[in-house]
Amino acid sequence: MEQDPKARLLNRRAILRSAAAGAALAGGSSLTAAAGNPDNLPPNNPDWSKSLGAGVDARPYGKPSPHEGDVVRRHVDWLTASTESSINFTPLHELDGIITPNGVCFERHHSGVAEIDPADHRLMINGLVDKPLIFTMQDLKRFPRTNKIYFLECAANSGMEWRGAQMNGCQFTHGMVHCVMYTGVLLKHVLGEAGIKTAAKWLMAEGGDAAGMNRSIPFEKALDDCLIAFAMNGEALRPEQGYPLRLVVPGWEGVMWVKWLRRLEVGDQPWHTREETSKYTDLMADGTARRFTWEMDCKSVITNPSPQAPITHGKGFTIISGLAWSGRGTIDRVDVTLDGGKNWHPARIDGPSLPLALHRFYYEFQWDGSPLLLQSRAIDSAGLVQPTKTELRAVRGTNSIYHNNGIQTWHVLRTGEVENVEVS
Amino acid sequence: MSRSPSAAAVLLAGLLVVAPAGAGDFGLGRQATPEEIAGWDIDVRPDGQGLPDGKGSVAMGETIFADKCASCHGDFAEGVGRWPVLAGGHGTLKNPRPVKTVGSYWPYLSTLFDFIARAKPFGDAKSLKSDEVYAITAFLLHMNDIVDADFELTRQNFTSIRLPNEAQFTDDPRPDTPGLDEGTPCMKDCKVNVEITMRARALNVTPAASE
Repeated sequence: MEQDPKARLLNRRAILRSAAAGAALAGGSSLTAAAGNPDNLPPNNPDWSKSLGAGVDARPYGKPSPHEGDVVRRHVDWLTASTESSINFTPLHELDGIITPNGVCFERHHSGVAEIDPADHRLMINGLVDKPLIFTMQDLKRFPRTNKIYFLECAANSGMEWRGAQMNGCQFTHGMVHCVMYTGVLLKHVLGEAGIKTAAKWLMAEGGDAAGMNRSIPFEKALDDCLIAFAMNGEALRPEQGYPLRLVVPGWEGVMWVKWLRRLEVGDQPWHTREETSKYTDLMADGTARRFTWEMDCKSVITNPSPQAPITHGKGFTIISGLAWSGRGTIDRVDVTLDGGKNWHPARIDGPSLPLALHRFYYEFQWDGSPLLLQSRAIDSAGLVQPTKTELRAVRGTNSIYHNNGIQTWHVLRTGEVENVEVS
Repeated sequence: MSRSPSAAAVLLAGLLVVAPAGAGDFGLGRQATPEEIAGWDIDVRPDGQGLPDGKGSVAMGETIFADKCASCHGDFAEGVGRWPVLAGGHGTLKNPRPVKTVGSYWPYLSTLFDFIARAKPFGDAKSLKSDEVYAITAFLLHMNDIVDADFELTRQNFTSIRLPNEAQFTDDPRPDTPGLDEGTPCMKDCKVNVEITMRARALNVTPAASE
């Protein structure tokens, strides 16, 4: 690490405070990274180069360096009435690659985190089946397993931005998304054990939490690529992600990925549950509302620089980094603009390009220190192009809450500070 | 893959501690007993499937609501603080700030019954008796001017109640924004002028970083 982390954190907080207070440094001096403690810099040898460090097992379950203490989920206090029925946000501006570490995957609970002893967890299948069944966790792990990397995005991601720019930070504008590798079994294998009756058209998935979260899923999707997952990124699901069992509904809105999954009911009609009628329906300007809006649209965002991650190195070679994803396939291309959409440049997608997974893109350029209006625009394998917010509002108005995949604009000031803006 | 075991086999399976394996390719799981299913299978559909026996009046619901619900939702379901408003809001769905309630927005009454039975009261879920769920549901119908004060909701009359906004729900028409089939996106000289029209920092709603 080339700078003292404590100083770096303080510097970052100072930057955030100045941005939050609206005390723009425009025209003033550029933001600079903290210089570090000279005692630890060449030609001196820091303490960690001289004394013994901790031995093995000092941290039996490893955690990030304490200097990464700012890399945490955060919630927005005024957004919800209680933390038990609420959401927090993945710190996208602190992450790279396409995999989200388990501990910072955003949380959305409707009645808090169910704490479940796996020995006491059961999955029931009933309804239009030949034989209603109950599975233990051990039973479920005896089905053939599969490993898949998928993004999970809450339908309300970017929902606060429908009426205009609100949140100064990609964690808050776009952080209701994560991407991990799931280990689980195909839902169709588990359903098959019960013997599905021919009238089956819908499946209701229900959680074992105090919300009993339930959603209707069309049977074609259930038999296609849905998984019942018990692991993420190689280890058991985290409690806040549904331990010991969750549904995986690739490419579709996160609320359908029922956590703490305890029951599947096969039926011939949808149930029209609370989370698919009162919520997670999209109110249009004309007063009608769209229901069963399952697929997540083609979307991207620049994660660095962004309001929580300003440019602190001044002008010169600069890396723009971001994420793109689509619920309809892979990302074919991401374009980046530096001038608010006058001219676009193809970005470089780096790392795996997997269907229904996050894609990492980079665009490198020489920054001359002048203000920038940064945007990214994704195009997916289905040929869909990420729309502008103006285009979205023209079709849907500003009351729909869900499925906002509009192009995000970051204004980079001469100082390196970044703010969330909208442009003509 | 559908195979129907004989009635005798089903009965036998229900009695065994280690029941015969599942009907599919893997032979995993055991048969769920009727008692096990009855305890968990509480979902209710718009056509009334899943409704338990029972009944509850508006008056009974008013008492239960005041005791178990009003601290968050208000005595008249008007909502306290940021907790959900459950009544009113009629005619507001086209407004800049629509008020989406059971009466103004929800399409089906069964949703209310299903949700209360599984998730309410907040923090004491699945504690209400069926009659209490019927009664709270009846009270909320009355608060939304859908039934009179002397109404009693029962399993028998449940599906005769329709909510006013049902017809306003439509299926998903997406994609509803342009794709490549409507032209490749512009790459060069796409706009003449670009102006900043709105700044988030002006709204001062960004939470501070954790200290």
